[in-house]
Amino acid sequence: MLIWENITIALAGLKSNLMRTLLTMLGIIIGIASVIAIMTVGNSIKSMVNSNMMDLGANDMTVGVTQRDSEDDVRDIRDTDLITVDMLEDYKKEYSDKIKGIALNVSAGNGVVRQGADYANVAIEGVNADAYTSLNNDLLAGREFIDVDFDKGKKVCIVSDKFVENLYEGDNKKALGQTVEVECYGKIYDYHIVGVYKYENQMIISGQTKDITTSLYIPLLTAQNQTHYTSGFNYVTVVTTPGIDGEAFAKTTQDYFNIKFYANNDAYEIMAISMASMLDMVDTLIGGVSLGLSIIAAISLVVGGIGVMNIMLVSITERTKEIGTRKALGATNGSIRLQFITESVIICIIGGIIGIILGIGMGMLGMKILGYDAAISSQSILIAVCFSMAIGIFFGYYPANKAAKLNPIDALRYE
Amino acid sequence: MEENVMLKLTDIHKSFFIGTPNEFEVLHGLDFSVKQGEFVSIVGASGSGKSTLMNIIGALDRPTSGDYVLDGVDVIKAHDNELSAIRNKKIGFVFQTYNLIARTNALKNIELPMLYAGVSASKRTARAKELLEMVGMTDRMHHNPDELSGGQKQRVAIARAMANNPAIILADEPTGALDSVTGRHIMDIFHELHEKQGKTIILITHSPELSRETQRIITLKDGSIISDEPGRTVSTQGAIEEEVTEC
Repeated sequence: MLIWENITIALAGLKSNLMRTLLTMLGIIIGIASVIAIMTVGNSIKSMVNSNMMDLGANDMTVGVTQRDSEDDVRDIRDTDLITVDMLEDYKKEYSDKIKGIALNVSAGNGVVRQGADYANVAIEGVNADAYTSLNNDLLAGREFIDVDFDKGKKVCIVSDKFVENLYEGDNKKALGQTVEVECYGKIYDYHIVGVYKYENQMIISGQTKDITTSLYIPLLTAQNQTHYTSGFNYVTVVTTPGIDGEAFAKTTQDYFNIKFYANNDAYEIMAISMASMLDMVDTLIGGVSLGLSIIAAISLVVGGIGVMNIMLVSITERTKEIGTRKALGATNGSIRLQFITESVIICIIGGIIGIILGIGMGMLGMKILGYDAAISSQSILIAVCFSMAIGIFFGYYPANKAAKLNPIDALRYE
Repeated sequence: MEENVMLKLTDIHKSFFIGTPNEFEVLHGLDFSVKQGEFVSIVGASGSGKSTLMNIIGALDRPTSGDYVLDGVDVIKAHDNELSAIRNKKIGFVFQTYNLIARTNALKNIELPMLYAGVSASKRTARAKELLEMVGMTDRMHHNPDELSGGQKQRVAIARAMANNPAIILADEPTGALDSVTGRHIMDIFHELHEKQGKTIILITHSPELSRETQRIITLKDGSIISDEPGRTVSTQGAIEEEVTEC
């Protein structure tokens, strides 16, 4: 008995009970659609987070001070535990071929700039040359920091276009050369605006609000002078040479610092994490969450499958006489079983395909609402098709087997 | 074995369990054989065991004990799939209730036994059309069973029974659901198959009139053969019509 004949018979049977077939399919459609929608959203968020993190610096490695695992009662961190400029100089010399730069940041606090009734919230960030470069900011007007700014600790700043929008009616040219007074922790600091950068919205919620806090960059030394915080850094960001094995270098870096500088430290040590391994962690996290949600959605697929099984049992009871006749005409148990499994697989595959289309639609709509591009995974579509086929076989087998095992005499006599 | 024997039943017993420890014997050791090309009728009142016998002859059921050889094949020893093949190739069933597959047109219905036999699509269609012509249903080949009258359905069913050119045609009350005129036409088809194509036909009926048309009448009563005698061989339609009017 050819598969094609079975498909024709099954389609004819399903068509004659169109409403019932559609309702049965609905369970599969909803199940597959929700799995696909969740996977599409998960996939899209993953690729969005990835590209954002790549923008932050694909070659970055974070080197930070961390507590030793073995300590139960850890003392507070002291200035002597921090990463010093001297350590970094040695480190940079040792691995000059692998290090493009070391980004140093000092956060000098959040503040507000007022100008009459207008105001702008800022986070004052002290950066060194490497740190500013690794930000990859687009300069809209004015200039970047120059060596003398860093060396002398000049009171200059680069502000965002949002800042300019709030205080200078969006006129970048007008802002350049102005001196701003930042009110921060009760003190007033003056900076001279030398440049305007384009503010990139990293948040999911688009920020049209006036109250948004943007970074105001100042040279590192300026920030240190202001905060009197010069002993060292909790963490630094190392920009590595493109093409090197980030994870291996992170291990090398960690060992270098721990052996050379932290061997005698009782409570703290250095941990280095490359962006690559951070990306991995984030991917695993998002992947895990979307898989978990998919499994919950897949439960509805099982319910759909039970619906298919139920309707197949009804169909077989209705067609008992037909089954008897087929057996009298020479159908083997195997061909009867195949006939009914084909029917349930067809219900599931058609339902699965409709579900995929619906799920992609829902996923794309969801991502559009969030304001990001949808990334459809072809893998999930393939899995969904295979899965719906498997449901058809799994939930079709019991009814089909029941039909195949019908006694031909009883089946023929059934009214 | 005798020459030209198409089927031979030896000491057939059939019992049904009707709850332990009781066993109810329906057939008490039947012996008979049918020669090739014979038109035999099996008659008996309801409860005589003729349906049970038909199921055994049709390889739908196995006897409790006894031997059954059909066209040289030992049916008793056959496995389930072999029984399917026997039903498919050696037996052509004609039922009282036609048993055509719903939502499947006449042509496809006739093709069905050939489909199970693994005959190629083109050969199936050619043979089915030939058979439709034989029963005079060519113009209805694309009609579904619910668009056909009882007589037309039974013609399609006979064509279907002939699909794999079986050793025997096993007809169970083929005219039972038809009016006398239509029933007459159906019986004529059986006579034609018997006379022109030399088919071995076993007709199961409760009607003595129908059985009198056949060559041999086997009468069952309470699970035993009480008589096995020649019937009246009626070969021309004219004579039959006379017979009908006489009744």
